Amino acid sequence: MTTATSHATGEVTYLEAISQALDEEMMRDERVFLMGEDIGQYGGAFRITEGFLDKYGEWRILDTPLAESGFVGAAIGAAMMGLRPVVEMQFADFISCAFDQITEVAAKNHYRWGAAVPMVIRAPFGGGIHGGPFHSECPEGWFFHSPGLKLVAPSTPYDAKGLLKAAIRDPNPVIYFEHKFLYRRIKATLPTDDYIVPIGKADVKRPGNDISVITYGAMVHLALEAAQMLAKEGIDLEVVDLRTLAPLDKEAIFSSVHKTSKAIVLHEDNKTGGIGAEVAALLAEECFDSLDGPIVRIAAPDTPVPFSTPLEEFFLPKTSDIVAAARKLAAY
Amino acid sequence: MDLADVTSQIKRADLLHMYYYLRLTRALEDRITALYRQGRIVGGCYTSHGMEAIAVGYASALERDDVIAPFHRDMGAFLIRGITPGEVLAQYLGKRTGPTKGKDGNVHMGDLKRGIIGFVSHLADNLPVATGAALAFKMRGESRIVVAGTGDGGTSRGDFHEAMNFAAVRKLPVVFFCTNNQYAYSTPLRLQMAITDVVERAKAYGMPGEIVDGNDVAAVYLASKRGIAKARAGEGPTFFEFKTMRMHGHSEHDPAKYVPPELLEEWKKRDPILAAERLLIEAGYGDETYFHEILERVKKEVEAALEFAEKSPLPEGPEVLEGVFATDADLSHQATHSRSAA
Repeated sequence: MTTATSHATGEVTYLEAISQALDEEMMRDERVFLMGEDIGQYGGAFRITEGFLDKYGEWRILDTPLAESGFVGAAIGAAMMGLRPVVEMQFADFISCAFDQITEVAAKNHYRWGAAVPMVIRAPFGGGIHGGPFHSECPEGWFFHSPGLKLVAPSTPYDAKGLLKAAIRDPNPVIYFEHKFLYRRIKATLPTDDYIVPIGKADVKRPGNDISVITYGAMVHLALEAAQMLAKEGIDLEVVDLRTLAPLDKEAIFSSVHKTSKAIVLHEDNKTGGIGAEVAALLAEECFDSLDGPIVRIAAPDTPVPFSTPLEEFFLPKTSDIVAAARKLAAY
Repeated sequence: MDLADVTSQIKRADLLHMYYYLRLTRALEDRITALYRQGRIVGGCYTSHGMEAIAVGYASALERDDVIAPFHRDMGAFLIRGITPGEVLAQYLGKRTGPTKGKDGNVHMGDLKRGIIGFVSHLADNLPVATGAALAFKMRGESRIVVAGTGDGGTSRGDFHEAMNFAAVRKLPVVFFCTNNQYAYSTPLRLQMAITDVVERAKAYGMPGEIVDGNDVAAVYLASKRGIAKARAGEGPTFFEFKTMRMHGHSEHDPAKYVPPELLEEWKKRDPILAAERLLIEAGYGDETYFHEILERVKKEVEAALEFAEKSPLPEGPEVLEGVFATDADLSHQATHSRSAA
C-alpha cells in the first residue's frame, strides 16, 4: 500500500471499507491520527486498524488509557490545534463515559467562542451479535438532541467508506455509527478512485411507489428484504436510507412521502424519543396533506438490549414486522 | 519568598508588569461587582478577588505561542493573553463585541488566536482538552506548552484524573495547576477529599507536584517558569497546588456565610496586591507614589472600557441561529499553528 488509491480491487466487506477509509485518509493527510483502546498492536477489538501501528507508528495510532472522557477531550484539544483526530470507541456503548466532553465541549465550542472542532468519533453500535446490554446499544438518540454534532450511520460498504472520508474532512465533530452486525456480513466492489459520500444526503436504496420505509444502519437490509417479499404481493416499498442522522435530509424524506403518501419509520433504537419519533413528527408537520394513512413506527421496545437469544430476537425489529406493517398500511 | 531570591530571578520590568496586571484585574473585577450590585449585569459574576496573583503569575511566565485553559477565577490570565478590559465588560453585558458575541457570558471567554481555550462550566472539562492541545504540539515537534487549571472542587472530577494520567503517560508538554481556595461553592476541602494537600493527587500519576503560596505573585511566576521549562524540554507535566482563599462568595449573589469570618480576616492580611507592594518597596522597585499612579491608570482604563462596552451593540435575536456548525472557511481561518513560526 503506497498510494491512496491502491486499495479496492475485488469485493470488500463493510469492515474493510472502514479500514480503507482510515488508511487512505491517513496517507492523504498527515494531520489525521487515530486514538482509542487497543487500536495499536492488537488492531482494535474488531481488527479495523490491524497493521496500522507498523505503518504509522505509536503517535498516529495512539493507544489510550481506558478513559473515554479523557481521550475524547484530548481529541477535542488536538482538533482545535490543527490535527484531525479519529477516535475509536471500542463499543458505542462506552461513549456514555465521554458524553460530557461530546455534548458540552465538542458540540458547543464553535457556537460559543468560534473554535471549530474537526474530529470524528467512530462508534460500533447495534445488536444482533449477542452482546447484551453493554455491547449492543444504539446511542445515537442521545446525541441527536445535541446541536453542533453531525451523526452518520452507513448501511453499505460504499457508504461506509465515503461517509467516513467525508466525516474526517468535515470541520465539525462527527459521530460515525458503524453497525457491528454488518461488519463481515455484506460485501461490495468499491470504486478505485477517491470518493466521498456527502454528509446530509439520504439515499433511496430501492425506489418504490406505495410505501416509504425511512430507516438507517442494519435495518436498511431488513427493509430491502421485506420489499423483495412484498413485491410478489404487488406492494411496492421505497427504502430511504437516511445515512446522515443529523442534520436530517428533510428534503429527501418529504419528497419520498409526497410520492408514496405512506410512511413506515424503522429503527433498531428504542422507540421512545428516538430519531424515528422526530421523523414521524416532521412528516406530521410537513407532509400532512400528502399522507394517506397513519405514520407507522417500527422500533425496539423501551428496554435495554437483552442478552439471551430469544430475548434479543424479540427485542430487535424483524423483516416480518415490516411485512406485516406494510400489508396493513397498504390496505388502509 | 526571600527578597534576594526574587530579585535575582525576576527582572524589575517583569515584576512591575505583574503588579500592573494585579491592579488592573482588581479594578476591573471590582467594577464588575459594582455593576452587578446595581443590577446592570445579568447572570453570574465570579471573581478572583484576593486570588489575582495566581493567574497573573502563571500567565506572565508564558511565551507568545503557548496556550492556556484557564480556571474561572483567572481574569488576570485573560488580560495578559490580550483580551481587553473592554471586551471583558462587553462579554459581561452580553454585547456583540465580547469574545462570544453574546452567546455565552462572564468568564466563559476563549480565543484560539490569543491562545485561550474557552472556559466550560463543568469544572475540569478543559483539562483533557489541554492534554490534546499539548499532544498536538508534541506530535508536530513544536516547543509550545499548555497551562491548564481547575479549583480544589474540580480535582474530584474524573476528567481531572484522566487528563493528569494521560499527560503523564505520554509525557505531554502541559503544566497543571489547582487553585486551592478551600471551598467548592460552599463545600469545604474536608468534605471534598480525605487529604489536606491537593498536591498528593499528583503522586498517583507519577507526576511531580509542588505546593506554592498562591498569594505570592513572584512565587507563582517562578514555579510556573520551572514547570513550563520542564514541559518545553520534553520532560513531561508538572502539577502545582496554589494555596489561596476565596475572599468573596462563589458568585456575587452568594454572601458565603458558611466561611468562618476569622478565616477571611487572616487571609485579608495576606492580600496578594499588598504583598506585591511590600515586595516592590523592599526591592526598591516601587513606592506609594508609583502605586497610586498605577491605581489611577487602571481606574481610567476600566472606565474607558466600560464606555466602550456600554456603547457596543447588543446582538439581534436571530443571531441565535448562527454558528452551530463550522464551515470550511471558519476552519481555514482558525489559528492553530505557532504564530512565531508563521
